[in-house]
Amino acid sequence: MGAAVRTTCPYCGVGCGVIATPLPDGTTGIKGDAAHPANKGRLCSKGSALGETLALDDRLLHPMVMGERASWNGALDLVAQRFSQAIAQYGPDAVAIYGSGQLLTEDYYVANKLMKGFIGSANMDTNSRLCMASSVAGHKRAFGADTVPGTYEDLEHADLVVLVGSNLAWCHPVLFQRLETAKAQRGTRVVVIDPRRTATCEIADQHLALAPGSDVALFNGLLVHLAQAGRLDRTYIEAHTEGLEAAFIAADAASLGEVAKVTGLDGAEVAAFYERFAATERTVTVYSQGVNQSSAGTDKVNAIINCHLATGRIGKPGMGPFSVTGQPNAMGGREVGGLANMLAAHMDLTDPEHRRIVGSFWGARRIAQSPGYKATDLFRAVGEGRIKALWIMATNPADSLPEADSVVRALKTCPFVVVSDAIAQTDTSVHAHVLLPAAAWGEKDGTVTNSERRISRQRAFLPAPGEAKPDWWIVSEVAKRMGFGAAFDYAGAGVIFAEHARLSGHENAGSRDFDISAHGGIDQAGYDGLEPFQWPQRAGEAAHDTRFFADGGYFTATKRAQFVATPYRPPASATSEAYPLVLNTGRIRDQWHTMTRTAKSARLMSHINEPFAELSPLDAAAKGIKTGDLVEVSSPTGRVVVRADVSERQRRGSVFVPMHWTDQLASGARINTAVESVIDPVSGQPELKHSPATIDKFAALWHGLLVTADKPRGLAADYWALTPVKAGWRTELAWREAPEDWGTFASSLLGAHGVGAQLVAYRDEGGCQHRFAAFEGERLTGALFISSSFAGIVRGWAADQLAASFANGSDRLRVLAGRPSAGGIDPGPTVCACFDVGLNQIVAAITTGGCLTVEAVGAALKAGTNCGSCRSEVKRLIDQSAVAKAG
Amino acid sequence: MASPQFLSSPAQTGSRPRLVVIGNGMAPGRALERLFEAAPDAYEVTIFNAEPRVNYDRIMLSPLLSGEKSFDEIVIHGDGWYVKHGVTLYKGAKIAAIDRAARTVTSDGGIVAGYDKLIIATGSVPIVIPVPGHDLPGVLTYRDLDDVQGMILAAQSRGRAVVIGGGLLGLEAAAGLNSRGMDVSVVHLMPTLMERQLDPAAGGLLKGALEARGIRVFTGANTKAIVGEARVSGVELAGGRVLPADLVVMAVGIRPNAALAQAAGLTVQRGIVVDDSMRTSDPGIFALGECAECAGQVYGLVAPLYEMANVVAAHLIGPTPARFQPSAVATKLKVTGINLFSAGDFSVGPGRQDAVLTDPASGVYRRVVLEDNRVAGCVFYGDTANSSWFFDLIRSRADISAIRETLIFGPSYGALDDAPAAVAASALRAA
Repeated sequence: MGAAVRTTCPYCGVGCGVIATPLPDGTTGIKGDAAHPANKGRLCSKGSALGETLALDDRLLHPMVMGERASWNGALDLVAQRFSQAIAQYGPDAVAIYGSGQLLTEDYYVANKLMKGFIGSANMDTNSRLCMASSVAGHKRAFGADTVPGTYEDLEHADLVVLVGSNLAWCHPVLFQRLETAKAQRGTRVVVIDPRRTATCEIADQHLALAPGSDVALFNGLLVHLAQAGRLDRTYIEAHTEGLEAAFIAADAASLGEVAKVTGLDGAEVAAFYERFAATERTVTVYSQGVNQSSAGTDKVNAIINCHLATGRIGKPGMGPFSVTGQPNAMGGREVGGLANMLAAHMDLTDPEHRRIVGSFWGARRIAQSPGYKATDLFRAVGEGRIKALWIMATNPADSLPEADSVVRALKTCPFVVVSDAIAQTDTSVHAHVLLPAAAWGEKDGTVTNSERRISRQRAFLPAPGEAKPDWWIVSEVAKRMGFGAAFDYAGAGVIFAEHARLSGHENAGSRDFDISAHGGIDQAGYDGLEPFQWPQRAGEAAHDTRFFADGGYFTATKRAQFVATPYRPPASATSEAYPLVLNTGRIRDQWHTMTRTAKSARLMSHINEPFAELSPLDAAAKGIKTGDLVEVSSPTGRVVVRADVSERQRRGSVFVPMHWTDQLASGARINTAVESVIDPVSGQPELKHSPATIDKFAALWHGLLVTADKPRGLAADYWALTPVKAGWRTELAWREAPEDWGTFASSLLGAHGVGAQLVAYRDEGGCQHRFAAFEGERLTGALFISSSFAGIVRGWAADQLAASFANGSDRLRVLAGRPSAGGIDPGPTVCACFDVGLNQIVAAITTGGCLTVEAVGAALKAGTNCGSCRSEVKRLIDQSAVAKAG
Repeated sequence: MASPQFLSSPAQTGSRPRLVVIGNGMAPGRALERLFEAAPDAYEVTIFNAEPRVNYDRIMLSPLLSGEKSFDEIVIHGDGWYVKHGVTLYKGAKIAAIDRAARTVTSDGGIVAGYDKLIIATGSVPIVIPVPGHDLPGVLTYRDLDDVQGMILAAQSRGRAVVIGGGLLGLEAAAGLNSRGMDVSVVHLMPTLMERQLDPAAGGLLKGALEARGIRVFTGANTKAIVGEARVSGVELAGGRVLPADLVVMAVGIRPNAALAQAAGLTVQRGIVVDDSMRTSDPGIFALGECAECAGQVYGLVAPLYEMANVVAAHLIGPTPARFQPSAVATKLKVTGINLFSAGDFSVGPGRQDAVLTDPASGVYRRVVLEDNRVAGCVFYGDTANSSWFFDLIRSRADISAIRETLIFGPSYGALDDAPAAVAASALRAA
């Protein structure tokens, strides 16, 4: 057994400490790090399943050039040569790097340095543009720097936590649990502001299901109410802020009646929220993608910050606006300047003094002079032929950017595309000329910064497989080959971190928020043993928990916080007769981004295994759509085919589709193809949560379920969605027209070969059922269930048969029943991913086992007793059963 | 043939009406059981049995032939039963005549019995095809215990047997003789075996299974002659081929044994004509079993015969609405290692739908024929699980639309929930 290694989770921005222990059987034990301040030992379902995502079967293990395996030297030479050539011929702005909040700070730092200090272009943007660019812009407008004022503990010290556009329960589960625990202990009030009734609402005292995109109006109204209620902190405003008047003028239109009209909320609900906010000194407003991913994202951020500035509730225990980021190192990326409008170490590209500081520190050959292309503009430039060489690192823009099909077209036309990634095949990498194998989580060293400015080490506990290399090494090698050797001669991640730390303190003297120069002289041993710390930690300071702005100290020219006038603007694109619905996108509990990692865990995939569209009962009824139907969600730019989930949780007029699915796992579920590319004018962040769309029933005549021991290939179906299961794969299928003969289709799909591998078959043509099973010896190698209806087959049971033994002939037949006989138990879809507890088991424990609390269910089934991510779902099931009884 | 035996002589009360039963097979046996359950003392009962024995389970003759059961194991009513119910049973006493005017029957041994009610249950006789040589020694039919004993005797020589007829009885005989070590061939006129009970697919599987155990099967084969001098030596087929044989078993069918009734002047067509209360053209005389013809049909399988027995018993007790309603019949081939079941009507036709489950590698074929959301018939080969449940569904004509999807897999699945797994899953989404 290898030594236990303390590292940091690679998923969301909470940044939990993880203890990873390589085990003798080749697997890795994963548990939460009790000593890490972010999670204190907790992990969510995704983090707990990290050990299940480390298999190498889909990894990129060798450099590839034009689809052929190449040597590192050959590939690096080619990249350097093509980049140099493009720069020589077309200038530095003809090349670009598109990075990722998944990169470690050290990787990010080196890439940014190469682009902005040596190539001389600021065409270095990343997927963080999709995540929190509006928060960055909002922070900078208000504070003069991209500063998160508070800490996670503020959620525990607060008496009121307002969650705006944040499904904390699913997207930041450990932070949600900290809040839940605080609520249980001290009665914290929780208000959720979200068009959808998400899992987070389970702990809400109030849920304001406002109209999509109307947040600014709501917070403008709050600002007016605070003034009217005499709740302004005149002393703080006087001492540390400016611009309140202009903000008031902009907000003045927001009478309660007007707010109610714009937000679609009941005036009394709004008033109740305003009064609660006004009356509660210790208030934290947490916001996330529902705020940021908007054409008015920056205004939303500022409208929120305005209310905190006006009440002086900032930077004090239990108070403050709090941006929670989506990615593990979105903050680290911001710190190194890894966005097209930033320079480095929270310095500005447009500030000549900052350019001088950074340029001199780096010994830069050619420092970028003006902002580069932001993400959506970058790919537009690629599509228009202005970018001749593009390097994509650790991200999947073919799926994650709006109007994703135009991104694909752009990639196809780009003369030279490099992708460095851990995964062999993604929807982006298939368009690359050069693929460079990157080391993955668990194999590489570096640091990440979480949403409370806490920098933690990610440490390797596995050898890098094949020829995979850390990203900083790959970038440095290319930089050397481009002639910038001296500036990129790094021996390891620790040296880069030290340089980054020194730059943060270089000519700073308190003028800039980001300063970790205490670590400027860190050596390898110090880096190896680096404990999580919050920035700033200036030279000579010991690590300590920090907050900003309780006593002013803003980073604006006047050292005063700026109120920003935020007149309400509706979302950029209005719905129309043809596209009457608002398409909202987002995350689900057990998946991460484009699923390259989380989809490797059967446990995580069993929570929700298919792409879906959540729509309201009224909208569904209008189109004759029922839960389980396939539906087509389309906009002028694209379409997806997904499963309908009709739910009261969804507002009328809105439809929610998860952002995760790619062409690797479904036939057509890349929802960003249908998202219009509209951006916030200040932050450049795309409006991913408000695209006009329409929904129609997808006229599937035939539905199929396929379970196979091996991953199926070449699925000839109008719809398919793949799910890994414990013993193989499960695939949902649908057809608009049947193939000529189901038997022939099944034989080729199930690969029935040889004597004794003949298919077991069931057909009932009148009943529209065709079912087939293939065996090898006593093992089921595949089964296909075709029907005119989606219902009937118990999916989990069918998939479990792949692991069963079929010594008995009659059991072979029973597979085709598609569900367990009365004696069998169907646990249902997984609710608790840690202990594999299904919905039906939990419902049984509640209804017949008398478990009436989340704790009782936990005691009976263990559900919710490890990571706790499912506790809100268990609670909802208990509530539902109580309602059912009362009814 | 053994001489008549006087088995029991209960006290004669003289006050009870007399019921005489001609025949002691399974059908009259069941009728008497029902009668005694409902009205134990209603009649003074006398039975004349042409066979010199008690009522035994004729269906189980094949296991007897194969050696899997002994006669004791297939007896339905032992001697004690007759004593207990005060029945006078004449064994080996064949009735020679019925005098309807005098209301008496007379046995070939001269016993005369008067009756108030008479049941004719003379059963059937095996058809013997009148080819040359059909009466040679060594040519047997397959009808009763005596036939089985004849076959067992013949099999001791481990010689060659030809079974003519690839129906239920013929194949059971073939399998029994095969298991007793004989070299067996089956000659069948039709293209597939058991064509009345099996569809061609199942018939084909059955043929393969029989051949796998060394039985040669000749389908579409017409017997031209049975050859031999002093005794049988072979069977000549229409094409001229001669199959050598030390034993020939003819199992090509049965016909109702209605000669006695006809001689008594009752209406007889193929069988003794009865109405749906099982009364013959003489209202004092019932007929039931394989000898009876109801609504133009005669019956050879046990289930409808037991239905007839129930009706007769009810009418003996008193006025009753009980009527014989012919229902589906089921067939099970009693050959160890071959699981086969068929029931109802499985012909194809408009409005008929098939559900078919096959596992060729395991030799399994299950077919359920549906009509108007009801089970019309089924054929199971290789896996006959739940056959009685299907038989009940056929007879009850229950609507199976709610369970259609898993019907063929048996009753342990129940009706589909309204909420499929996917819907349950969706309850979680964005919860």
